[in-house]
Amino acid sequence: MTTATATAQQADTPVFHVTDDEHEHSGGSTMLGFWMYLMSDCLVFAVLFATYGVLGRSYAAGPSGADLFDLKLVAVNTAMLLFSSITYGFAMLAMEKGRQAAVQGWLIVTGLFGLAFIGIELYEFHHMILEGATPMRSAFLSSFFTLVGTHGLHVSFGLIWLTVLMVQVSQRGLIEANRRRLMCLSMFWHFLDVIWIGVFTFVYLMGVLK
Amino acid sequence: MNSYPDWWKLVFGRFTLEAIPYHEPILVATFAGVVIGGLAVIALITRLKAWGYLWNEWFTSVDHKKIGIMYMVLGVVMLLRGFADALMMRGQQAIAFGANEGYLPPHHYDQIFTAHGVIMIFFVAMPLVTGLMNYVVPLQIGARDVAFPFLNNFSFWMTVGGVVLVMASLFVGEFAKVGWLAYPPLSGAAYSPGVGMDYYLWALQIAGVGTTLSGINLIATIVKMRAPGMDMMKMPVFTWTALCTNVLIVASFPILAGTLALLTLDRYVGTNFFTNDLGGNPMMYVNLIWIWGHPEVYILILPCFGIYSEIASTFAGKKLFGYTSMVYATVVITILSYLVWLHHFFTMGSGASVNSFFGITTMIISIPTGAKIFNWLFTMYRGRIRFELPMMWLIAFMLTFVIGGMTGVMLAVPPADFILHNSLFLIAHFHNVIIGGVVFGAFAGITYWFPKAFGFKLDEFWGKLSFWFWVIGFYVAFMPLYVLGLMGVTRRLNHFEDPSLQIWFMIAAFGAVLIAFGILCFLIQIAVSILHRDRLRDLTGDPWDGRTLEWSTSSPPPAYNFAFTPVVHDHDAWADMKKRGYRRPLGGFRPIHMPRNTGAGLIISALATICGFALVWYVWWLAALSFAAVIVTAIAHTFNYDRDFHIPAETVLREENARTEQLARA
Repeated sequence: MTTATATAQQADTPVFHVTDDEHEHSGGSTMLGFWMYLMSDCLVFAVLFATYGVLGRSYAAGPSGADLFDLKLVAVNTAMLLFSSITYGFAMLAMEKGRQAAVQGWLIVTGLFGLAFIGIELYEFHHMILEGATPMRSAFLSSFFTLVGTHGLHVSFGLIWLTVLMVQVSQRGLIEANRRRLMCLSMFWHFLDVIWIGVFTFVYLMGVLK
Repeated sequence: MNSYPDWWKLVFGRFTLEAIPYHEPILVATFAGVVIGGLAVIALITRLKAWGYLWNEWFTSVDHKKIGIMYMVLGVVMLLRGFADALMMRGQQAIAFGANEGYLPPHHYDQIFTAHGVIMIFFVAMPLVTGLMNYVVPLQIGARDVAFPFLNNFSFWMTVGGVVLVMASLFVGEFAKVGWLAYPPLSGAAYSPGVGMDYYLWALQIAGVGTTLSGINLIATIVKMRAPGMDMMKMPVFTWTALCTNVLIVASFPILAGTLALLTLDRYVGTNFFTNDLGGNPMMYVNLIWIWGHPEVYILILPCFGIYSEIASTFAGKKLFGYTSMVYATVVITILSYLVWLHHFFTMGSGASVNSFFGITTMIISIPTGAKIFNWLFTMYRGRIRFELPMMWLIAFMLTFVIGGMTGVMLAVPPADFILHNSLFLIAHFHNVIIGGVVFGAFAGITYWFPKAFGFKLDEFWGKLSFWFWVIGFYVAFMPLYVLGLMGVTRRLNHFEDPSLQIWFMIAAFGAVLIAFGILCFLIQIAVSILHRDRLRDLTGDPWDGRTLEWSTSSPPPAYNFAFTPVVHDHDAWADMKKRGYRRPLGGFRPIHMPRNTGAGLIISALATICGFALVWYVWWLAALSFAAVIVTAIAHTFNYDRDFHIPAETVLREENARTEQLARA
């Protein structure tokens, strides 16, 4: 269009409207919009990280991270999430090649890794609560449970979304709309990975330092 | 509470019949008024058989123009509620001296000032500003709708959901008694055990989702859907300010959501974020809420700056002076608005260096703002000025806002702020900038774009009457508060001892009455204009000799806005087209691709509102049920792939021919 406009201007007979008009409502804006949603979600996590940063050492004479965190368990958990990101990546590669069965297969694997992650996290929470380290015990624990739990809620929501998308792909195949949705979930899933790396570093690794 | 059996608690949570405030005569009368008024409206709609029309053409509409108008209606209706609160406060403070306790006991007065602040910011100013952006931005950039039309409808109904919860608190239970930003520990479970705080939290949380999504939507629209040729530095200034405002929305409302969520956890789960014991830190809340809160005031004022810019150049009949500097000033304000939040609580005690930093950044904001004032002045300079209503609002704004800006700079000086903090001086300052900037701007925008939306101008006589009542009323109502603030009177008091102060409060109350007349005249103006719409009719679609693309189409614009997407060569695109002899295309139309209406947004929002209400009252079964319903409905909506349709070329031809006839008659 720009070239058409430019030539028109040179000829000094300005063009004031487009005639070959097809102003579609699709693709491009969705990706940008979803990116912005992710950034806004990132700010929610920023609030939680900042709160953890301020309150993370307010133990109120209760247990500290060093007393509570089981790094081996968290390492396994981190591996689950990172593997799920890789397998989601494989699903996207299969999508590019248009191989629907492979997409569904990798999505199942991704979902199972995600479930494992949530399972281990719930086990960890359960264990801590049994030891009396509840979210109500201290500001440190309030901010810990909220930050890690919000991430977990996001993963759970991602799992629901993943299931819905698998149904939709099986119903309609890898049509344009479904590809776009898989792309959005992909960004969401990798975003949660990035957030988790922040959690792992700032909460768990730095938490066990004396 | 004890007399209620266990099953009652299970079914109704903490709701009891005592929660209905039938012992409060003011509320009973209001309730009666609302019920009678509501029934009258429902009866009228039923009599006119308009339910189907409203549902099909408005409630489920994804047309940005209709959603914009609905936002405006919501804002004006809530203005009446918020202003009723203001009148009650002014009345109370004018009489409650010495032995006279006034008519509002503290627990009621506290709810009123909280509701006034919350409603005026979230449910008056925000809908008015969002409504104008929604209506105008796609037209200004030559687009046919926003990027995500369904989300737009959903955002609107989420805002309505927040309104419904705030209004429900009037008649079922109570509202918060903690001030509009609900500082803990006062707003925590220990000191505010009632339902009022929970109404506050869920209303803002639900409305906030809508605001954030509408921010994302408008950014995507402006970035992706501009007409060919309209690069960033050819965008109309209103679109620029809308872009910056929506960037601020997306970058600040999530912080509000996060902060309120933490306070919600403190109240519902018993965590210790903002408590005084077990390591909690209330000042963390104050910091976080103002990291949202300060950008919020720029969210409100920036679009109004845009409105004033459009008006200045239109009614001076020339290009805006210093377009580039106006754009840069807007962007600089956008960035700086994140670096000043601490000036709201210099008294926290963060020390001289921190306070100096925030004091200086605050003062720096006055530089780009001042540049804008000069841009408007120089736009008017040697212009062929038409003193129509929008221009009058612009001038009133410039005079008023400069005063408010200067008192703002005074407050930005930390040592001065230690004296003025929480005083009526502060109240006078922010009403000075919000009324003088945002409210005047909204009225200017309404007067300016009303003929575009409805095809006829607003009546000038009643508009001018409203203008003078508002402007004079503002000065009479708020200048006394500056005086009182300098004398050391603090905010949020419902009773005073010193009788020498009373005269100032009485003057302020008189000013509030003048403003009431201003609002009344505005409503009469709308009614009179509708009655005389044939006399006020504008057939050209360009009643003010406008300069931007929204004036190039008919008034009201067709559903598809533009039969052909315009091509832009200059930042006053329509003025450029008129100057260079643009001819409207009369044929060769093609089918136009448009989004289809859907009721999903309204349904999901209604369910979310029910969920919020259930959470306020601890009705856990209903909360769980409605939350699940929200998720299921949202998922079901994603199974609908058939979301758009084509307006046939014949329909376009018919509409465009009608327009041709209209132009011939004009």
